[in-house]
Amino acid sequence: MIPAGRQVAGEVCNDCLVGFGVERIRQDFPALQVRVHGKPLVYLDNAATSQKPQVVIDRITRYYLSENSNIHRGVHFLSDLATQAYESTRDRVRQFLNAAHDREIIFTRGTTEGINLVAHSFGRSRVRAGDEVVISAMEHHSNIVPWQMLREEKGATLRVIPVNDAGELLLEEYERLLCDRTRLVAVTYVSNALGTVNPVKPMIAMAHRRGIPVLVDGAQAAPHLAVDVQDLDCDFFAFSGHKLCGPTGIGILYGKADLLESMPPYQGGGDMISAVTFEKTLYNSLPYKFEAGTPHIAGVIGLGAAIEYVQRIGLPRIAAYEADLLAYGTELLSAIPGLRIIGTAKEKASVLSFVLDGIHAHDTGTILDHEGIAIRAGHHCAMPVMKRFGVPATARASLAFYNTREELEALAKGLHKVIEVFA
Amino acid sequence: MSDLSDLYQQVILDHYKRPRNFRRLDEANRKAEGHNPLCGDEITVYLHLDGDVIKDISFEGAGCAISKASASMMTAALKGRTRGEAETLFEKFHEMVTGHRDGTADPAGLGKLEVFCGVSEFPVRVKCASLAWHTLRAALEGSGGTVSTE
Repeated sequence: MIPAGRQVAGEVCNDCLVGFGVERIRQDFPALQVRVHGKPLVYLDNAATSQKPQVVIDRITRYYLSENSNIHRGVHFLSDLATQAYESTRDRVRQFLNAAHDREIIFTRGTTEGINLVAHSFGRSRVRAGDEVVISAMEHHSNIVPWQMLREEKGATLRVIPVNDAGELLLEEYERLLCDRTRLVAVTYVSNALGTVNPVKPMIAMAHRRGIPVLVDGAQAAPHLAVDVQDLDCDFFAFSGHKLCGPTGIGILYGKADLLESMPPYQGGGDMISAVTFEKTLYNSLPYKFEAGTPHIAGVIGLGAAIEYVQRIGLPRIAAYEADLLAYGTELLSAIPGLRIIGTAKEKASVLSFVLDGIHAHDTGTILDHEGIAIRAGHHCAMPVMKRFGVPATARASLAFYNTREELEALAKGLHKVIEVFA
Repeated sequence: MSDLSDLYQQVILDHYKRPRNFRRLDEANRKAEGHNPLCGDEITVYLHLDGDVIKDISFEGAGCAISKASASMMTAALKGRTRGEAETLFEKFHEMVTGHRDGTADPAGLGKLEVFCGVSEFPVRVKCASLAWHTLRAALEGSGGTVSTE
């Protein structure tokens, strides 16, 4: 719900970049007005988390001000209100992903918890000694470590799809890795460290030809691409609210209903049961079977407002605008002497990861911060991919639809200053 | 506002670009590895201890300007010092970079290491400046494991 009297960005615009109205969109984000070290904030750390529009902040405030109650429990007015807001978000998420059923949408704490849920529930019940899980060389630690833990517990094997020097997955190698022992493919849609957009749809089709289910880590995809889980035909899709203009601590796991039905619960507690005696517990039906305990109700409602906001602008328009920004940023950064972009895939989204000759990313980050420019410096929770490219760390500028060409020019100017300090 | 030039002083940049004692030490009888997982800094400190005296000291590794310069200047400051002196110097250094000292110029006897006092204005960089020293302590204690700042 958008509070009355507040205009939502993008309503007046058509699908042309000129009419994208980024300056109006920026007005929706209070944090973008912050000044850092006396300079206007240039926020280019969106792959870590996005800023929140006023409508999301207002919606969460309204919940706590006038709707606060537990869900699925009370017969009273407020509980009914909170339950409706909570469940209508589930339906909004279903539409957002184009899932077939509301019961396929599980609220989690974030992408990491979604993947852990699948590793614990699906993984522990289906993976045996000698079985294999296929991941890729560009996974975030959250799509590596849960599978390693499963490997340790079950005596399974992890297979890793290699990447080329541009940061693209080698699909022939991928196909060779798929075999009778493969129980699951878990792969990221968009790489947080390189920006590569992986061809997940054909990859899913390749796995399905062998009857292997596929989990897609959608943490970096959901904010930048229109996702259709039925078109992709993925079996699981996990993403986080906070990278999508929503609050932290809330995320989504989509799973195909028949798979989720066949999986044991992940955590035990309230809401996930239908009847409990000391002898036996009957588990609740989907999706509640996977939502033990009082959930992050305010977070769910805030996420609903965030998705509504993003949908009003429209992901196809966001993707087109960001593609233009990315191309411009790539051009500006490529002109800087001694700068090497890490991740040059043909299909990329929103991420400019780079190293400067003789200058550590951490120093780059500190000096840019003094110019008011927020980037990430480090291994981006993807140490194996850093190793693949022979760098201990990169500096990463990651874009959102509220960034501007002027901000990318400020970044380029800031990088010249970094080089000056180290000259 | 913290000033960038307080952090990236010429002496620090010089030690970053031309680190002193930046090599493996063949006659080392103590060694330890340090790691800052936050930014990927890795360092190995080699010690040649003669009784209580640091007869020679060197380091290897990769890291940001602050961590590398700190390691370089640490080795320069500690050669020929005793173990006790090294411990005291670390304490003083740590107090300085974390901003936990009061007082006027060089009360601590840090000498050239005073150049790192600007780090206290950059809390996220304190770990960079102190990584070499934590690693040194591990080498002195002979624990032989890997030190992590996290």
